[in-house]
Amino acid sequence: MDINRVLDKKNYQKYVKKNMPKSKFLKECAMAFLVGGLICTLGEALDDFAEYTLFLDEAGIGTFRSAVLIFLGAFFTGIGIYDVLGRYAGAGSIVPITGFANSIVSPALEYKWEGYILGVGAKLFTIAGPVLVYGISASVIAGIVYYIIGVL
Amino acid sequence: MGTRVGQKTVRFDKMPIILSTAAVAGNAEKTGPYGSTFDIVFDDDLWGEKTYELAERKMLIKAIETAMAKAGLKPDDISYLLGGDLLNQIISAGFAARQLGIPFFGLYGACSTMAESLMLGAMIVDGGFAKYAACATSSHFATAERQFRNPLELGTPKTPTSQNTVTASGAAILSSTGDSTYPAVTYATTGRVIDMGINDVNNMGAAMAPAAAETIISHLEETGRKAGFYDHIVTGDLGTFGSELMLRIASDAGYDMTANHLDCGVLIYQGNELMHCGGSGCGCSASMLCGHFINSMNQGTIKRILFVATGVLHSPTSALQGESIPAIAHAVSLEMGCGS
Repeated sequence: MDINRVLDKKNYQKYVKKNMPKSKFLKECAMAFLVGGLICTLGEALDDFAEYTLFLDEAGIGTFRSAVLIFLGAFFTGIGIYDVLGRYAGAGSIVPITGFANSIVSPALEYKWEGYILGVGAKLFTIAGPVLVYGISASVIAGIVYYIIGVL
Repeated sequence: MGTRVGQKTVRFDKMPIILSTAAVAGNAEKTGPYGSTFDIVFDDDLWGEKTYELAERKMLIKAIETAMAKAGLKPDDISYLLGGDLLNQIISAGFAARQLGIPFFGLYGACSTMAESLMLGAMIVDGGFAKYAACATSSHFATAERQFRNPLELGTPKTPTSQNTVTASGAAILSSTGDSTYPAVTYATTGRVIDMGINDVNNMGAAMAPAAAETIISHLEETGRKAGFYDHIVTGDLGTFGSELMLRIASDAGYDMTANHLDCGVLIYQGNELMHCGGSGCGCSASMLCGHFINSMNQGTIKRILFVATGVLHSPTSALQGESIPAIAHAVSLEMGCGS
């Protein structure tokens, strides 16, 4: 028996695409909105705390908020909770800065067995690397555009 | 000696028997519906070792040792160890063979390795080259994740077609002599590599279904058997969606297997929604065969199965370079009342 005689590639791919189990779009969006919103609300609360209790200036508030959220993202990754959250929240926990912390800490935990230089050192940015490369590149381009607009 | 009966199928005339089997499994498998069928289970993914790779190797060694112990054999009695796993350079199998000291054939058939090893082992034993041969394979969720996917603690959701790599190992000892109270390997159908152009690495069931269908239908055509001849046609890890596709392809070709088809990937985590389409990995079909199915044959509740382990032969590199996923399926026919 030759499967290629009874099954057409294109038709099969079409059939698979049409019939495969799909993501529950609405439910997942709602979860992402809820969890992402909660993380951002926590950020707002940290801002207020920094402003009204710690009396920090504007730059200080931003630094305080980011530092605490990154710490929390790293901490909950370390104790094995962040990946469980991510399973349900999707983009809601990936997009905020806590997700960025998760993307750095998870390879750090994972590759420690391969050593601190060629394991952790080399693999630390496997997930976050592309974001950094294109984020920084985009900021440089934006800077050049601003400069040119300023000169003109 | 064996006889070739078709393009892909051979018959074993001396009918090597499966003298003993053993299955080792981790926590998620232990708490599943077949948890009680495994010989050894453990809770922690590291199983007291320093790395997950070491834990996987330990599983494989324990499975082989337990199967040997059940048959009353020592490593020196076994002429060949045939085995493989999912890790680069099949390190679990190679390092296990280093410890056991049995002459070793390393195999890579991805998740089809259990059937591949049984088939080749049966050829060796049937050909008179060994009295005993050991066939074994393993997979570990954590080692597979870190090699094929993302770090374990990365918080990204899985897609609905994804499958969970099973943490388990299975080993079987083949023997040239034994009576009809043991399951015998009667036929083997070697699969071709089939690629239908599926390139979603999170939808391996769809990549493997056509390969499974071709191997099963070829087996039935070449042996002249009907699908109903077998109590069960047991596929390895097509998962829920892959099983649907395979049954559909087979029924379009005129073969109805809905009544007796089972899939190890569907069974092993049945009822656990977090596993999406089910289990996968070499250890999935290996532990289900070496645990539940062989036990059931030995107890007499089932008499004949066609064991069809399915595997995908891509790598993370080929996937990143945009290549589609080639798949393979190997079938071995296991029957009671045939041993010599």
